[in-house]
Amino acid sequence: MIWILDITMLFFLVVCAIAAISIKDLLSAIIILSAYSLIMAVVWVEMHSVDVGFTEAAVGAGITTVLFIATLARTEGRSED
Amino acid sequence: MSRIQESVIIRTVVRIMVPFIELFALYVIIHGAGGPGGGFQGGVIFGAAIILYAMIYGIAEGKKKMSDALDKILASTGLTIYAGTGLLCILFGGMFLQYGSVPLIPDNPALVSKYLIDLVELGIGTTVAAVMISLFFDVSPPESEEGELPDYEGVDV
Repeated sequence: MIWILDITMLFFLVVCAIAAISIKDLLSAIIILSAYSLIMAVVWVEMHSVDVGFTEAAVGAGITTVLFIATLARTEGRSED
Repeated sequence: MSRIQESVIIRTVVRIMVPFIELFALYVIIHGAGGPGGGFQGGVIFGAAIILYAMIYGIAEGKKKMSDALDKILASTGLTIYAGTGLLCILFGGMFLQYGSVPLIPDNPALVSKYLIDLVELGIGTTVAAVMISLFFDVSPPESEEGELPDYEGVDV
């Protein structure tokens, strides 16, 4: 356990989570969500759960981002609220 | 066709990278029994390779490599391999997915178990890859529209 790395990662995780739900532009929200997934994968590996971290990196940061962007291409790309 | 898809650098890099991504996916699937990885992660990586190709070369070109019919066949084949392996164990008197009960290699249930786990992982990987690719084809915009992404003010895509 490297506690200073843990604290830094969790801090960025919270920053990404708040930014993803408060930003208006949906493309930016998707990219921030992808960054959130990448940090979460590092946190999983840091917690000695390599398998879950692998899945998070492949699914969360990879496929989900692509599917969200492909869906966004069919919509307006801006949040109303 | 957007400017990203016309770029020679991106098209060449994608064409070179796709086989290596697929090779890495197969490594992850086979390596899954003994370490990190497995059928699901490997299948997702394999699907991502085809999705990358379809994103850059166009949906129509991607569907030439991976048609909807092939998608359906692969998705059901993987499930059949998984369920068939499990039922094979029941057939030889064990429980569902109790690999050791299959007398493939005499007097060595551990080795049989090792090979059958790989078979099950391959089945999972096939299904996951096919489903991921068909998901992408279903949500991606039709080819007639301009480019992959809508035009944003101030965002250069």
